[in-house]
Amino acid sequence: MEEVLAATDRVIDAHKADRETLVEILREVNDENGHLTRDDLQRIAERTNLPLSEVYSVASFYSLISLEPLGRHVIRLCQDAPCHVAGGREVREALEHELGIPFGETTVDEQWSLLTTSCIGACAVGPVMMVDNDIFGNLTPEKAREIIARYREADVQDVTPTPQGG
Amino acid sequence: MIRSNVLSRQKRVVLRRAGSIDPYNIEEYIAEDGYFALGQALGEMTPEGVLEAIKDSGLQGRGGAGFPTGLKWSFVAQQSAEKTRYIICNADESEPGTFKDRLIMEGDPHAVLEGMALAGYAVGANEGWIYIRGEYEMSRDILERAVSQAEELNLLGDDIFGSGFSFHIHVHAGAGAYVCGEETALLESLEGKRGVPRIRPPYPTVRGFRGQPTVVNNVETLANVAPIILNGSEWFRAIGTARSPGTKVYSILGDVNVTGLVETPMGTTLREIIELHGGGMKGGKAFKAAQTGGASGTIIPAEMLDVPLDFASMRESGAGLGSGALLICDEDTDMVDLAYVLMRFFENESCGKCTPCRVGTAQMLEALDRLRRGTARRADLERLEEIAKYVQVSSFCGLGQAAPVPILTALRYFREEFESRLRD
Repeated sequence: MEEVLAATDRVIDAHKADRETLVEILREVNDENGHLTRDDLQRIAERTNLPLSEVYSVASFYSLISLEPLGRHVIRLCQDAPCHVAGGREVREALEHELGIPFGETTVDEQWSLLTTSCIGACAVGPVMMVDNDIFGNLTPEKAREIIARYREADVQDVTPTPQGG
Repeated sequence: MIRSNVLSRQKRVVLRRAGSIDPYNIEEYIAEDGYFALGQALGEMTPEGVLEAIKDSGLQGRGGAGFPTGLKWSFVAQQSAEKTRYIICNADESEPGTFKDRLIMEGDPHAVLEGMALAGYAVGANEGWIYIRGEYEMSRDILERAVSQAEELNLLGDDIFGSGFSFHIHVHAGAGAYVCGEETALLESLEGKRGVPRIRPPYPTVRGFRGQPTVVNNVETLANVAPIILNGSEWFRAIGTARSPGTKVYSILGDVNVTGLVETPMGTTLREIIELHGGGMKGGKAFKAAQTGGASGTIIPAEMLDVPLDFASMRESGAGLGSGALLICDEDTDMVDLAYVLMRFFENESCGKCTPCRVGTAQMLEALDRLRRGTARRADLERLEEIAKYVQVSSFCGLGQAAPVPILTALRYFREEFESRLRD
């Protein structure tokens, strides 16, 4: 247990660990581990002197904090109006087809999670998606499939593909 | 060549350095009059003088509401002297279709920092926070570096220019929640809680961050402050319209040839923006509608193409300027589908605190889905309109109050299109 929570403790150590730093701590532990476990929440509650229910309540509120394990890569496709009218619906269908899962789910091999996001502020090059922390714009169904292929290839070689905005 | 043509039609105040200086290098900002306004204010002006200059300029909040900035500052300045005051930059830009704040922060970060320091001097605050949305990693990185460079040169920090005035800025990243753009929800989130809105009054100017008097200003608003101090309020009032001075940064999107950001004087019409800056309608198609101000904005028809885009004129026409997003839709646009997509956003982003918004957005989405699929009856449409009105008047915060706006305005101008989708 102590080893599992070492990363969580490191994040907490770097903060004052009080009420005001709770969101930052949650987000950093999430980014470190990919998601937050019940044990993480418990430890954060103990060290910030807050009830576990309160820590859970805050963690469950924010979309960039996950309480469930996600895939190795997380796709977040913008589904708002500017991306939708620029062809977002076709990209949405192409992604579901390519990965074989509907939005909101993770592939069985735990390589991909397919999520939607609200506007990510790159509307002039819509439709837009984030893959992990990188943004890809001017998407078409074909381009979306190519991007997935590049990540798959890079995973085999263990390198990160370069995003292309346009 | 192309760049100079594009720029020659614009009037750039807040974007004048964006794209031409290196945002990672404070010296390039300083070389273009950067921190001169702060130096001038601290050396030659009283805090009251700075406050008066902003009041006289007529600057209005660029986050969407258009509230007079100087008046907001004066509410904080007049609080009792023992209270700690805060300046908060609302950089939680998440209104769909809006990315002006991101490009201001990434193109000219010090303009925002200098505006915050001037606001701090005017109202007696020594601490500022930038609440930046969690997805904007690059903006955060650029701002953090800008703060540390400014501190190294003592343009921020303790005893700036030996004036006795100290101002510290912290950069804080959000964790993903549209509602945190609402200023009281932002304050809750900054205090480490769920980002749900607070009851108002008391307003943040009286009880804001940590319960203390707080100015919350949008990025674009703050980026206007240093130019006003440097050039004077008369210079600012000569730009734009009498009731809405200055420029506005718009994002043009949708069915135009050129999408992107433009900065033009307040009062420019939508027609001019489409023709001069958007390169006209894509494929020569006819204009059908525009949504002004993002997802929570109004949907307007072709008859309103010549209304001046400023806060007052738009309000009088029953429309809103909002964040400055302009989503242009051509003749092929399915208004029912558009209304559905917009409501999906609000249903997803409703924070759940109040019933009208939490339940109402879900009910409206369901009705729009039936309309979209052609299975709705006349009674469904009547019910949709009724719920929309309830949600608009009874929601706790701006999110719920604005969520029905696109539907109600779409119904005002395109009712026959909704009716044509009914089963009966």
